[in-house]
Amino acid sequence: MIHVEHVGKRYRLGQGVRHDTLRDAIAHRVRGGFLRSSGRSEQDHLWALKDVSFDVAEGEVVGVIGRNGAGKSTLLKILTRITPPTEGRVRLRGRAASLLEVGTGFHPELTGRENIYMNGAILGMTRKEIRRKFDEIVAFAEVEKFLDTPVKRYSSGMYVRLAFAVAAHLEPEILLVDEVLAVGDAAFQKKCLGKIAEVATGGRTVLFVSHNMAAVQQLASRSILLADGELIADAESSEAVATYLSDGNQRSTATNLKTKDDQFRIESIRFDESVQELGFNKPLRFDLSLSLDRSYETANIGLGIYNSLGACLVTSRSLVDGLEAGEAKLSIRILDHHLPPGDYSLSLGIHRGMESIYFAENVLSFSLSDVGVSDPLIQPYLARKRDRLGAFIPGVWEKV
Amino acid sequence: MSSKAFAAEQLIAPPTGTVPIDFRELWAYRELFGFMVWRDVSVRYKQSVFGILWALLTPLITMLIFTIIFGKLAKIPTGGIPYPIFSYAGLLPWLFFSQSMQRAALSMVAERNLLTKVYFPRLIVPMAATLAPLVDLLIASSVLFAMMFYYGLAPTPHSLYLLPLCVLWTWVTAVGVGTWLSALNVYFRDVGQLIPFLVQVWLYASPVVYPASLVPASFQWLYALNPMTGVIEGFRWALLAHGSPPGPLVLLSLSVSAALFVTGGLFFKRMERSFADVV
Repeated sequence: MIHVEHVGKRYRLGQGVRHDTLRDAIAHRVRGGFLRSSGRSEQDHLWALKDVSFDVAEGEVVGVIGRNGAGKSTLLKILTRITPPTEGRVRLRGRAASLLEVGTGFHPELTGRENIYMNGAILGMTRKEIRRKFDEIVAFAEVEKFLDTPVKRYSSGMYVRLAFAVAAHLEPEILLVDEVLAVGDAAFQKKCLGKIAEVATGGRTVLFVSHNMAAVQQLASRSILLADGELIADAESSEAVATYLSDGNQRSTATNLKTKDDQFRIESIRFDESVQELGFNKPLRFDLSLSLDRSYETANIGLGIYNSLGACLVTSRSLVDGLEAGEAKLSIRILDHHLPPGDYSLSLGIHRGMESIYFAENVLSFSLSDVGVSDPLIQPYLARKRDRLGAFIPGVWEKV
Repeated sequence: MSSKAFAAEQLIAPPTGTVPIDFRELWAYRELFGFMVWRDVSVRYKQSVFGILWALLTPLITMLIFTIIFGKLAKIPTGGIPYPIFSYAGLLPWLFFSQSMQRAALSMVAERNLLTKVYFPRLIVPMAATLAPLVDLLIASSVLFAMMFYYGLAPTPHSLYLLPLCVLWTWVTAVGVGTWLSALNVYFRDVGQLIPFLVQVWLYASPVVYPASLVPASFQWLYALNPMTGVIEGFRWALLAHGSPPGPLVLLSLSVSAALFVTGGLFFKRMERSFADVV
């Protein structure tokens, strides 16, 4: 059981930067003493969590959703005692451990076997516990042959598999799962999800943080939604997910998205709203504006369109050639998508060669109206079911 | 870690004032402590060609240099003890102290990955870092006994229990200084730059290359404020019966060590709350 009561966490902006050297700290003290009469101003602070309260019963699986920076990770860090809250309190019973530290404490010089013990101990397992689960961990990670090889010689796939295997065999009373699903190849990801489902259904108390709305709804019956550090929904998962996906109803533009490549910046992505008046199955248009510090031979840009249940209905992916340094404005039209009226959200992913430099779900959201659906028999049906229908393709039954 | 530590309801609340050190919790994490020491030791000897040879070479070569410069050229009086033995017996506790203290001081930043991702009592990190050099000390002391055999010197009978006590004292001092510096290093990376300098100055402020008796009597009490003065003099006295038996000045050194140890732990606990946010 977990009781979270009015928890808030305040970070000082630029923390860890400003006072990196003694000189700065002294300079700051001196300036503060002589030039500033009052203490630090409120503007220097950022509330990563504000007045968050919720309860989780024993054995309950609760989803935690929200956009990047909403405070999900901060919440987990407080629950695992990595960082203390600034205000409020949490009461919990049992060992709380999180799966966000996959591979933490792995030492490249140590062998796979040694790292299993080391990592297990870091995660809070006893030596006895590790010994008991050792074979299971090794089998799960599929690294039997390389047990006595230093992990620095492992492929990145093996490394991640071993790391996840240790973490997944930890048996805390309260398990906190953060986005670990994006690791390894497809087969291993499936295995990871399976393992998490096994844990989640095994009577353990689980907090499941994910951007995968389908997985959240599948595993958690209840979800909490965070936005800008505040808890804005605590409801059945389907309801919370719907709130999450529609929270940016007016958010048809996203600006200044950070990619992993400093020279490749996404200035904005915009949904052309004029399509809303155009009606059913009219082309969707998205405008992408980039700012590049150098030329890129090719970039691979993918879009995904999700319905309000979080299911991905449409994906599109295409290569853009010859991007020159400077500003680049791109536009894509998606024809014949057959999406019924409803609320949708968009994911955006950009690859440079084989390497993903950007991916985010729910970068923006948009609605499609039912203008242009002329059939009076179908119209109420589309209005009632809306985006849950997926692609809606009217057909004609013929007697044969 | 016994699950007993988690059976009771835990409260996570904003820290206020001075946080006491939770010894029960430290005890519950003793296995992690052990693993960290073991990791440091095994990694240290794994990738170097000479492996444990380094633990012998460092004090040996330093001792040779000291013997040539301070023993032969400067002719520092050692009260009848061959200079190589005199300086080597000082170097052993000194190297253990300086290495432990340095490793502890840099440990929190080195383990930042762990600190930002997993909870455990943070004190484990600098404390575990101080123990790996103990292996070096044990290896290096074999040379000392070989040298004493060569010069026909026998260790005093009471060295059997006094030497381990001196090593414990060295460790307490290293932990004290190490916890202070490691907590400061999280906030001010200058500490990392400061340490080599500190070690250099501290070496010559301790009776490693010269006996403490060379220091003018009026400065003796000031000199004894350096805990390593007491440690090294005590070490030599216990092993070779060199110098005077422990007196009030050694007590002064001892109390400085104890004060560093206690305040280091308290300071560390006080700073601990924001480690994960700052490191």
